Parts: sequence; C-alpha cells; structure tokens
Amino acid sequence: MQNLIAYLNQSLLFRNFIEVIAGLDNTLILLVISLPIGFIFSLIFALGRVSNYNIISKTVASYIFVIRGTPLLVQIYLIYFGLGSIEFIRESFLWYLLKEPFWCGVLALTINTVAYGSEIFRGGIQSVTKGQIESGLSLGFNKFALLRKIIFPIALRKVLPSYGNELILMVKATSLVSLTTYMEMTGIARKIMAKTFAPVEAFIAAGILYLFLNFLMVQFVKYLEWKYNPHLRVSQS
Amino acid sequence: MFKFEKLAFGDLGWGDEFLFATLMTITVSILSMGLGLCLAIITVWAKLITNRITRFIANFYTTVVRGVPELLVIYLIFFGGNSVVMGVSKIFGYNGYIELNALTIGTIAIAFISATYSSEVIRAAYLAVNKGQVEAAKALGLNKFQIFLRVMGPQIIRHALPGIGNVWQITLKDTSLISVTGLVEIMRQTRIASNVEHSPLTFLITAAFLYLLLTTFSGKLFKVLELNYSKGYS
Repeated sequence: MQNLIAYLNQSLLFRNFIEVIAGLDNTLILLVISLPIGFIFSLIFALGRVSNYNIISKTVASYIFVIRGTPLLVQIYLIYFGLGSIEFIRESFLWYLLKEPFWCGVLALTINTVAYGSEIFRGGIQSVTKGQIESGLSLGFNKFALLRKIIFPIALRKVLPSYGNELILMVKATSLVSLTTYMEMTGIARKIMAKTFAPVEAFIAAGILYLFLNFLMVQFVKYLEWKYNPHLRVSQS
Repeated sequence: MFKFEKLAFGDLGWGDEFLFATLMTITVSILSMGLGLCLAIITVWAKLITNRITRFIANFYTTVVRGVPELLVIYLIFFGGNSVVMGVSKIFGYNGYIELNALTIGTIAIAFISATYSSEVIRAAYLAVNKGQVEAAKALGLNKFQIFLRVMGPQIIRHALPGIGNVWQITLKDTSLISVTGLVEIMRQTRIASNVEHSPLTFLITAAFLYLLLTTFSGKLFKVLELNYSKGYS
C-alpha cells in the first residue's frame, strides 16, 4: 500500500490530477449558475419565438440567429474585452460585475445556452399537437394552466435528449472561460504545462475530469428521461 | 466606440489584414472538414465491420473526443503533437528537431474534433439506406464497387447532407479556437488589431460579423446542395 502511495506521488499524472481537481469547483460554479438561469430564459425565449406577435418572434429569432452564427469565443471576448472598453459601462454599477472574468463567463455562457436552448424548446412546443391544446381549452384551462399542465410537460419530455446534448456542450464550453484568465480546470492545466513542460500529462489529467463530468451529466439526463417518461419504461413483470 | 476608419484597406486600417484572416479561416475550415470526413469514413467503417477491436477503438475515440472540451484537444495536439511526430521519426532513424507549423497542427486538431461528429452523421445515413436496395443491386449483377458508387453512395450523401451541414457550421466556429496556436485567422487577427489600436469593440464586432457572414452564406450553399441531391424525392 505504501509502495503504491509512494509510486503515485512520484507519477506526474497523479500530481497533476490533484492540482487540476482544485479547479473543479470553479468549473462547477460556472455551470451551477449559468445552466438554471439559461434553462428558465430558454423557456421564456422559446415562448417568445412561437408568439403570435411578429415583433417578439422576429426579435428572438434574430437573437438566436446572431448567437448561433458566431463562435462562443467571440461572445466571451466581446463581453470581457468589448464591454469593458465602453466608458459608459465602466462608470456604471455593472462594472463591479463585468470586471470579474467569472461574471463575464457566466453572462456569455448564459447568453449562448439560451440561444441554443430556446431553439430546442421551440421544437418541443411546436410538436405538441393541436388536439391536446384544444382539449385543454375545452376543459376550461386558462393560458397559464395550459402552459404549465399540458404544453411544458409534453414539450420538455420530448426535447430531453437534445437538451441533454446541449448540457454536455455547455460543460465543454466552460473551458473557454479560461481564456479570460479565469482559473478553472483548463486554465490550471495550462499553468501546469507552463511549469513542468509536460503538456500531455497536464491536459490528459484535465481531460479525464471533463470526461467524468460529462459522464455524470449523461447519467443525470438518463435519469430525467426515465423519470418523466413513465410510459416508456420497460415493465418489471 | 465603433471606429469605421480602423477597418480601411491599405496601411491606415486593418481591412486587408482581416480579408486575409477570413481567407485563412475558410482554408482551415475546408481542409479540416475534408480531413475530418476522411477520418469519419474510416471510423464508420471500423464501427460497422464485425471486428471487436476496431469497433472498440472507434467507439473509444469518438466518446473521448466528444466528451473533452475542444480547447483541450487543441492544446494537447498543439503542445504534444511535436513530440509524437519526433518520436515517430526517431523510429525511422531521423533524430533532428521537427516543428509542425500552426496551420498543419490546427487543421489536424479541428479535423480530429469534426470527424467525431461527422462519423455519427455518416453512420446514421449509412444505416438509413434500405437493405433491399443492396439486394436488388446484387440481383441485377452489379459488383461491390458498382453498388457502392451507384446505389449506396448517392443515397448516403442525400441522407447525410443536412447533418454534414450542421457539422460544417460547428467546424467553422471551432476554427476560432485555434487562434491559441498563433495561426493568424479571424480571431487571432482580432486580438492583434485590438491590442494595437486599443479598441477591442470595433474588431470584435467585425469578427462576429465576419463569422455570421460565413455561417449564413455556407448555410445557404448547403441548402442548395440538399435540394440538388433530393431532386427525385420532392
């Protein structure tokens, strides 16, 4: 046992692993803040996208078009470097948030995931058949109850696999925030590489952790699918 | 705020630099998409033949590369690629120092990433072609090569084109990441210009606009191709 510990302590990969794990909380907190906010805004924007008012749906559509047509890196840089160069923002209270790379990262990730997520949810909402909505209306549901009890449950259940994909893309996207000097796992891996001149060990250590995070995310989405699709479960008997 | 005069062509502005950077982005995207498609075809082949080892290798490759951030893959290939190439050349008896240029490394890195996505698309397209058609072709006496060229190929392309269009958009946007290797494409040019001129907003908005232009235009191109390949179906 002691031989094993001594061996592990000597191995560069293991030591890198310990160092990179220290950045795990920084990665996680980015996700913990931006994913729930992104989820709620995605739902709202998806409703705006299918709205009957032309102005709202056109505005949301052009927002989605711009965000999906540009790389996330451009968006992160625009918020981190671009917004900081505007005098007006530097003097306002927003500067307390936007001078931190962390909040810039959260903002960019949220904006990005809302664009992709709302397009996914739009597909789900539009897949709810007319008959289901009409029967809801005939039962006397008002608009809010119709959304809460009929449209959202059916739509969310249908889009779970593709939203799960988006969640995994978001886990991967957090690595880009390291380019704004924010020290999460990729940032630490790059620091280790600069220190030890051993790039392969440093990045493999970070890669294993990202794989593990994504594995957890896949299991979480699978659990949700199992929970919200009771009619698709294989019967036990 | 936004300074239009900084984007002039010639010595006064950055217009021509950005034009070359855009061309570089297009070059890298096309090269890595092509290389990625070749890799994807090999991966699909490895997954579909009944050999446990090749299937394991292919599945391992796609799972790992898709589960790890693109930036990490690029760092790994950029910083670790040279030592691999030197190790391989040592086996063949060459002991000198070899350094791959940024274009090669960037193309290979992006191709590695885009191949995982396109392999899924191509695999699905291959499986979508009806088995009966192959049997019909066999009954007509076509040989294996002819079946692939005349029967399977066109239909795989038709099924795969929408997905390949998506992969192309992802690849195009991923090329912004290889700015970390120092290759002067749009993103790198943006950083250089905004550092010199102290006006990041101008150049970042330009970059966003250029990417938007590229994605929109190529999206239209893929729509035309899709129409062309589904002529008999509409």
